[in-house]
Amino acid sequence: MKPRDLTDLALRNLREAILRNVLTTLGVAVGVASLVAMLSLGVGLQQLASKRLSQSGLFDTIFVTPKNTFRGMGRPQREVESDKPPRPLDEDARKEFEKLPNVIEVYPQVRFFTEVRFNKKPYATVVAGLPDSSRNSGAFDGMQGRFFSSPSADEAILQIEFAKDLSEKPASLLGQEVTLRYAERQAIPSAGGDSSNSASSEAPEGFSVVPKELKLKIIGVVETEPAAGYGGYGNARLLMPLQTASTLRAAQVNDLRDIVRGSTGTKLTFPSLSVRASSPSKVEALEASIKAMGFNAFSLLDASKSLRTFFSVFDLLLGIFGSLALAVATLGIVNTLVMAILERRREIGVLKALGAADRDVQQLFFVEAGVMGLLGGILGVLFGWALGRAITFGTNAYLKRQALNPIELSSVPWWLIVAGIIFAVLVSLAAGLYPASRAARLNPVDALRYE
Amino acid sequence: MTGQQPAILLEHISRHYSMGETSVRAVDDVSLSVPPGEFLALLGSSGSGKSTLLNLVAGLDRPTSGAIFANGQNLATFSSFELARYRRDTIGMIFQSFNLLPRMTLEENVELPLRLAEVHRGERASRVRVALERVRLAHRVGHRPTELSGGEQQRVAIARALVNRPQILLADEPTGNLDSATGEAILTLLRDLREQMAMTVVMVTHERPLAERFADRLATMGDGKLLGVAASAKGALP
Repeated sequence: MKPRDLTDLALRNLREAILRNVLTTLGVAVGVASLVAMLSLGVGLQQLASKRLSQSGLFDTIFVTPKNTFRGMGRPQREVESDKPPRPLDEDARKEFEKLPNVIEVYPQVRFFTEVRFNKKPYATVVAGLPDSSRNSGAFDGMQGRFFSSPSADEAILQIEFAKDLSEKPASLLGQEVTLRYAERQAIPSAGGDSSNSASSEAPEGFSVVPKELKLKIIGVVETEPAAGYGGYGNARLLMPLQTASTLRAAQVNDLRDIVRGSTGTKLTFPSLSVRASSPSKVEALEASIKAMGFNAFSLLDASKSLRTFFSVFDLLLGIFGSLALAVATLGIVNTLVMAILERRREIGVLKALGAADRDVQQLFFVEAGVMGLLGGILGVLFGWALGRAITFGTNAYLKRQALNPIELSSVPWWLIVAGIIFAVLVSLAAGLYPASRAARLNPVDALRYE
Repeated sequence: MTGQQPAILLEHISRHYSMGETSVRAVDDVSLSVPPGEFLALLGSSGSGKSTLLNLVAGLDRPTSGAIFANGQNLATFSSFELARYRRDTIGMIFQSFNLLPRMTLEENVELPLRLAEVHRGERASRVRVALERVRLAHRVGHRPTELSGGEQQRVAIARALVNRPQILLADEPTGNLDSATGEAILTLLRDLREQMAMTVVMVTHERPLAERFADRLATMGDGKLLGVAASAKGALP
């Protein structure tokens, strides 16, 4: 029979036992729905995690340091003089990085240990400059107050523990001023403050400290610092706009190297630069090209790879649980079609008497199974999507009660829609194998005698 | 009928069924030749094996031993697929219980063999109409079988059997479910169609008087054996 006639007859047969076939199709739909809902949760959680992680800057950021100072996660080390002077990590290098493909931004790490005065009391803390792009980081989603009004504002965001040190009511700090005391790098600057990691003990003699002060307005309080990175002195407790922090020319550890090299004051160099890639997948190539330019580069790519492995296994497990319902639905299809054979014995006999080959009968049952699979698949994807939405809605209602930010828990990407439908059809066809071959083997003489 | 290749040739046909320990000989060593264009009636009481013999000729069943030739072709050499093609292209069948598909309209029922034969859509409608016109039911194409009388249903079944223009029409008790007047009308129709379409007709029946009036020859069966073949009263006429 031609495909169109086959489909015609199959649809007609399906309509004849409409209730049973609808129930069977719904069974398939529920199976597919559970599979799609499970996988959409898996995908959603994965997206959520990787979104958070990419916002954290850990997986799409490459940390670049000058070649001969990079030892052990960018911590300042003893100067190592080499024959050929290493390329300085300066503004020129920064511009070159910015021109590389797939680079979103390049920013220096400004991070120094210093003293903050509030209500005439001194507090020692690490200060970090935040690039404007961290505005979109998830870390600021639930903050008190607001983000910096401009990239060069004299404003500060406090880490919550630090804020608690300053006042018992962190919220009351908003709008107040803190005084940042720091050592400005001048002709022969030194690392200011009393950083334990400072290389001051090894520095040449003749350091002069030029103390400076800057008043910062407290505009926000945040749980944790985003993109803490892996250099520096641990989490910063006072955050300020990167540009503001840079213009301070606060003495940083790399200045020591400049002194040793005698290039002090001529050119500003960075202890390290963070290069952000457009996506974690671009990090590897970018890292290689930065290395080729003569710098040390480091990223947490391997960590993101193992994260992906984890989620593949997680998805697989969810998929297996989701498939259980579909397996039950498969039995439903087998049952329905076997029942249909019993009911349509005579009809099969008539078809064979009229000249239908075994193959024609087999295909007819096959198409019926396939149609139930297709409809069940489409319905199932819809149900699954709705289920995912419902779970997300319920979760967000709960999160809202806990005063937390809503999240997108489930995600149904297009491949899941297509795969869900194709899977349903394939499973249904597999379920139709036995009934179809049984129908095809039916002896027409027996079938016609059957009353 | 002389010297021509027979439309149907049966050579020592047997069909045995095993029912538990015992073997039932439904058809036992039957040899018979049916020339093209003949109207043959197979007579016998129920259980005499006449329907089994008809199914063997129809290619719905295979003999335990012996050979069946249709238009000179040995059915034993056919694969099951070829046998299906033979049923589709060479054989037309009608049954006592009509065997129309109840949820299809007359048109769709008659169209079914054309679908199986993969006849082009455009051609089907006209062939269905011609077939229904032959049985004088063209005005009821859109009806369903249950809306028709028994005689009308059998006429639809005839139209369905003829739509693929078979050379051999096999009828299994076609009048068994009909009153005598209607049965007579059906047989008159069969006889006319046989002449119009130059078909060979083999009809299984147990109504000897009807067979005498419409068939050319009568073959009588009993206990699976062919008891005798004789010209009918009508056939004996010049």
